[in-house]
Amino acid sequence: MTVITVDGVTRRFGDVTALDDVSLDVAPGELVGMLGPNGAGKTTLLSLISGQRRPDVGTVRLLGGDPRDAATRVGLGITPQETGLPPTLRVGEVVDFVGGHFPDPVPTAELLEQFGLTDKTRKQTGSLSGGQKRRLAVALSLVGRPRVVLLDEPTTGLDVTARQALWDAIRQYHAGGGTVLLTSHYLEEVQALAERVVVIDHGVVRADDSLDGILSRVGLRRVSVRTTTDLTSWSGVSRGEHRGDGVQQLYTPDADALVRALVTSGVEFSDLQIRGASLEEAFAEMVADDNPLEGAGR
Amino acid sequence: MTTAPAAPTQAPPSGTLNPVVLTWLHLKFQFLETVRIPIAVLGNMLFPSLAMFFFVVPQSQVAQNPLAATMAVAGLSLFAVCSASLFTYGLGVAEDRQLPFDPFVRSLPAGPAPRMIARILNGAIFALFGLVPLIVIGWLFTAASVTLLELLTGIGVILAASVPFVLLGMAVGYSLSAKAALPVVQVVLFPLAFAGGLFLPPMMFPSWLDTLSQVTPTRAGRDLLVQALTGADAYAWAWPVLLGWTAVFTTLAVVAYRRDEGRRFR
Repeated sequence: MTVITVDGVTRRFGDVTALDDVSLDVAPGELVGMLGPNGAGKTTLLSLISGQRRPDVGTVRLLGGDPRDAATRVGLGITPQETGLPPTLRVGEVVDFVGGHFPDPVPTAELLEQFGLTDKTRKQTGSLSGGQKRRLAVALSLVGRPRVVLLDEPTTGLDVTARQALWDAIRQYHAGGGTVLLTSHYLEEVQALAERVVVIDHGVVRADDSLDGILSRVGLRRVSVRTTTDLTSWSGVSRGEHRGDGVQQLYTPDADALVRALVTSGVEFSDLQIRGASLEEAFAEMVADDNPLEGAGR
Repeated sequence: MTTAPAAPTQAPPSGTLNPVVLTWLHLKFQFLETVRIPIAVLGNMLFPSLAMFFFVVPQSQVAQNPLAATMAVAGLSLFAVCSASLFTYGLGVAEDRQLPFDPFVRSLPAGPAPRMIARILNGAIFALFGLVPLIVIGWLFTAASVTLLELLTGIGVILAASVPFVLLGMAVGYSLSAKAALPVVQVVLFPLAFAGGLFLPPMMFPSWLDTLSQVTPTRAGRDLLVQALTGADAYAWAWPVLLGWTAVFTTLAVVAYRRDEGRRFR
C-alpha cells in the first residue's frame, strides 16, 4: 500500500493553475524531499494531501483513504505555520490540544523534552523565539505518532545549530519507520535528509529521482570566459548566454572537460572563471527547458 | 514494499476519537483562549452593567417598580446576550478564518462539528457570564423580582432568543474579514437593540415605531423573555417572528459557510 497517492491532480485558483496534472506516489518508510522555488505549487500539493483542499481534477489518497475524511487523518502529522500558533495558549497546552485528537499521543513532557522545549512548557507561544516556534511546529506534527508527516519548509529561517537539531529529529522519526514528505527551497536541506527528490515548478513535476540522480542534474558548474568565438553550442554546454561585454556564461555538468576542450581547441580566451551554479541557476536550467527532463510527469 | 518497516503507530486506529471527547477538547481550549484576553470578557459584562447603573438604578419610578425593573433587567440581559453572540461569532469567526492556525486545526483528525459545537457552547458560556452582573445588580439595587422557576425559564428563553443572533453572527463572520465584520456587527446590533425595546421599553415608543419594532427579532425575544419573567403576555406574533428570523439567518449562515469553503477549500 502506498502512503500517499496523487493521481493526475490539477488545482486552479481563479485563472492561476497551481498544479497541472501532477502525479506522485510515496511508499511506506520513504523520505521524499520536494524542491521548488516559491509559488511552485508545493504548499498547494501538501494542502491537498492533508485534506484542506480538494483537487479540481484527479484523486488524492492518503493511507488508503480520502484525506478529506477526518478518520483518515489520524495517521497524518503536519506542521502549522509557526506564525500561526495561538499566542495566548501555553506551549504545553498547544501540545495537549493537538495531541488530544489522537488515540495514543506522545506524552507532552516527553515530546517537549525531545525538542528541548521543557523549560518553555508554561510559556505562552507568543513569547517564543522564531527558532523555538519552528521546533514546536515540528513537534506538533509528531505528537500523534503519525504514520506519515508533511513538513512544509521545516527549517526556514533557522540558524545552523537549530537546523541540525531539527534534522536529527526528522531522521530519528524516519528511522523509526515513519514516512516523510518535506518541502524546501533549500537544496542543502533536501540533500541532508531526502533519499528521493521531486522537483516541482509552475505546478508541474519536473523531475522525480533519487537524490544522486537529481544532484547530478542540478550539480551544474558555471564557466564564464571572455572570447570572440561562440562557445554556447559546444558539446557539454547545457546552456549558455552572451553578456554584453563579450563574456560568455556557460552552464555545464563537467567544467573540467569543457576547460580541457577549450584549451586544446586553441581558441583565444581570457578571464576564465568557474564556480558552482546556485540552486536558482540549477532550477532555471531545469525549468527553462521546454522539453521536460526525463522522469518529469511521472 | 515488503521491506517497509513497521510504521510508528503499531495498530492503525480505525477512526477518529469520540466526537464528545473532541468537542470537550475544543471547548476547553476555546474557553482558555477567550479567557486569556480578559478585556474581551470584561467588556461584554461591563457595558450592560453600566447601562443598568446609569439608566435604570437612578430612576426610582423604574427601579422601585417591580414590573418595570424586571423589564429593564430583561431588556439589558437580552442585549448582553445578543451582543455577545454577534461579537463572538461575527468577529470571532472572521478572526479565526484569518489565522494561519485555522487550516492546521482543520487538518487535525476531527470533523467540523466538534469545533462548531464547542464554539456555540463557548459563546453560550460567556453570554451567561454577561448575565451574572445584571442579575446581581437587579437583585441588589432594584425592585426586580423573579421566582427561581421564572429565572430558569428566563435563561432558557434567552438562550433560545440568542440562536438567531448566533446564526447572524456566523453569517457575518463567514462572509467578511475581521476588519469589515466589526463595524457591520455594530451597525446591526445597536439599531436592532433600540428598535427592539432593549434600552427603552416599547411602551414609550410612538405607535409607528411600536409596529416596526414587532417585526424585529430583538423585540420578539424581549417580549418572550418578559413574559417568562413577569407573566405579562407577549404579542401574538412573537414566536413566529423569532422563528422566521431564525430560518432566515440559518439560510444566510449556511450560504456564507459554503461560499467560504468554496473560495478557500474546494
